[in-house]
Amino acid sequence: MNSVPDIYRILPEVILTLTGVLVMLVDASLPPGLPRRSLGWVAATGTAVAYLASIWQLSLPVGTGFYATVETSPFTVFFHALICGIVLVALLLSLDSLPEDSHHQGEYYALVVFGAVGMCLLTAAIELLVVFIALEISSIATYVLAGYRKETARGPEAAIKYFLLGSFATAFLLYGVALIFGATGTTQIYDIANLAPSAQNHSLVLAALALMLVGILFKVSAVPFHVWTPDVYEGAPSPVVALMSTAPKAAAFALLLRVVYEMFPTLHSVWAPLLSIVAVLSMTVGNLAALRQQNVKRMLAYSSIAHAGYLLAAFAGMGNAGIAAASFYVAAYAAMNVGIFAVVTVVSGYDENLPMIQDFRGLIYRSPLLGGLLIFFLASLVGIPFTGGFFGKFYSFSAAVGGGAVWLAIIGLLNSGLAAAYYLRLAFAAAQRPSDETGLTRSYEPRAGVAVIAALLFAVAATLILGIVPGDVLHAAQTGAHTLQPPPPTATEVIGIATTQPRVP
Amino acid sequence: MTPASHLLQQEIPLTWYLLLSAALFSLGVIGFLIKRNLITVFMSIELMLNAVNLSFVTFAHQWHMVKGQIFVFFVMMVAAAEAAVGLAIIIAVFRARTTLAVDRIDLMKL
Repeated sequence: MNSVPDIYRILPEVILTLTGVLVMLVDASLPPGLPRRSLGWVAATGTAVAYLASIWQLSLPVGTGFYATVETSPFTVFFHALICGIVLVALLLSLDSLPEDSHHQGEYYALVVFGAVGMCLLTAAIELLVVFIALEISSIATYVLAGYRKETARGPEAAIKYFLLGSFATAFLLYGVALIFGATGTTQIYDIANLAPSAQNHSLVLAALALMLVGILFKVSAVPFHVWTPDVYEGAPSPVVALMSTAPKAAAFALLLRVVYEMFPTLHSVWAPLLSIVAVLSMTVGNLAALRQQNVKRMLAYSSIAHAGYLLAAFAGMGNAGIAAASFYVAAYAAMNVGIFAVVTVVSGYDENLPMIQDFRGLIYRSPLLGGLLIFFLASLVGIPFTGGFFGKFYSFSAAVGGGAVWLAIIGLLNSGLAAAYYLRLAFAAAQRPSDETGLTRSYEPRAGVAVIAALLFAVAATLILGIVPGDVLHAAQTGAHTLQPPPPTATEVIGIATTQPRVP
Repeated sequence: MTPASHLLQQEIPLTWYLLLSAALFSLGVIGFLIKRNLITVFMSIELMLNAVNLSFVTFAHQWHMVKGQIFVFFVMMVAAAEAAVGLAIIIAVFRARTTLAVDRIDLMKL
């Protein structure tokens, strides 16, 4: 029984924080005229180190640190690695797509890294106070990033919509935390799991669950809490959208898994039907609304709402199967969504000269590589085999069937067919022969540097690996699921001592 | 003993605080939904957060645990950070659009 130093339990967060502070300080001390692009490389390096540190955490025994407020387990490592990977790709993408003379470039990189701190901490937190702080760290950073193009009319509008609705959702989540504190007298997730079934005031527990679900479903942009998504994605710069359509959602889904499977496992009969209904609504509304979009980013925003629905279908699954399927889907969704937004960034540029679907006409003739990548990621979003999207949907719907919700899987499959219609519209546009007056021929000058190529390469590799050899990632997700489910009952007594358990092989 | 002093010695039941908190939270939600000025909408969110704080303090008293009160400090701190960012965004909106009316910040529509 050797206890692990607490600091090791949050090592990736510590590294990310130091990187962010370093970037911020260097940015402040550089003379105003100097280019700040190299700070992006500093941030990317720090994120890569944090990624390695989270993988290294696998060698730690599963357990908690800092008075049972944070945890390291295969589950947290899975999400840490995923979030660090997303942030790394988003940083690489930003390196080449942010304009050279862009004001406040240093702040941009620092904010991305600070946001990553919050997201990582959110997946590791097992104390609702830390959950709240982590959620706010990640949210506040992304609010600012959403409005990064503040000289345009749409930038601040996107930021204010994201900010107001995000804070609104946080207030709901916080009220839920207050009520569960009232019902059980604790805010530690394991303790709540032990005490909530025997709480005197059961309606208080139910109200807390409902309010927390509202707060989290806002963050993952599930219907009916999705209204902010299209506007924010349209107004925010594309590299930021690549980040915030995936990383904060991955963190929020990790929190959702923790809340429903770890904190309220006994209320399965309450939240499982609720989440199934939200899943059906998200898929259907997301897909139907995406059908009539002409703007590429708005279409992808609705597509991300639909994907949140496919993902929530996994929550109908029983225990481990549901958790593993949801974790896997988060990874698959992140890989392909970052990829497609990376392509959109390169094609339409930072200033978005080409925002519409018809502007993409003839892309494959202008640049076969980019056109091919666009079609590849669209195929993954449709769910065509040998791409990550296929196995994501497959496991998610299998989990739903395993949990007895066959109807949910059928609705999901029907929706996948419906979704193909609008994905193919963009793919066809890219494959069409360009006419002279399309936007693409007018102004097409992609800025493809080393960083963008690396970012695209990572996204393609991740999507392919998840689609052809999903075994390793699925195994990691399943190992994580095992560590998430049963709350160790000893956490109450040994508060203050890092509990050490044998590592799950 | 006069009736007034008798009243003073009685403790107000905790349920009343919780009802007040719920009422304030609901007012915040209603304000958020119907108000048409960005600053007022933002104030409604602050009202919701403070309603939650009242709940935390009440429950902390009920359980005789200081944890709830510590939570309140963190909520206040985060609310301050949020206010800093939120007001900055509101200023950016005003500079770009010269209006704070929610109805007129509608460049992007469904």
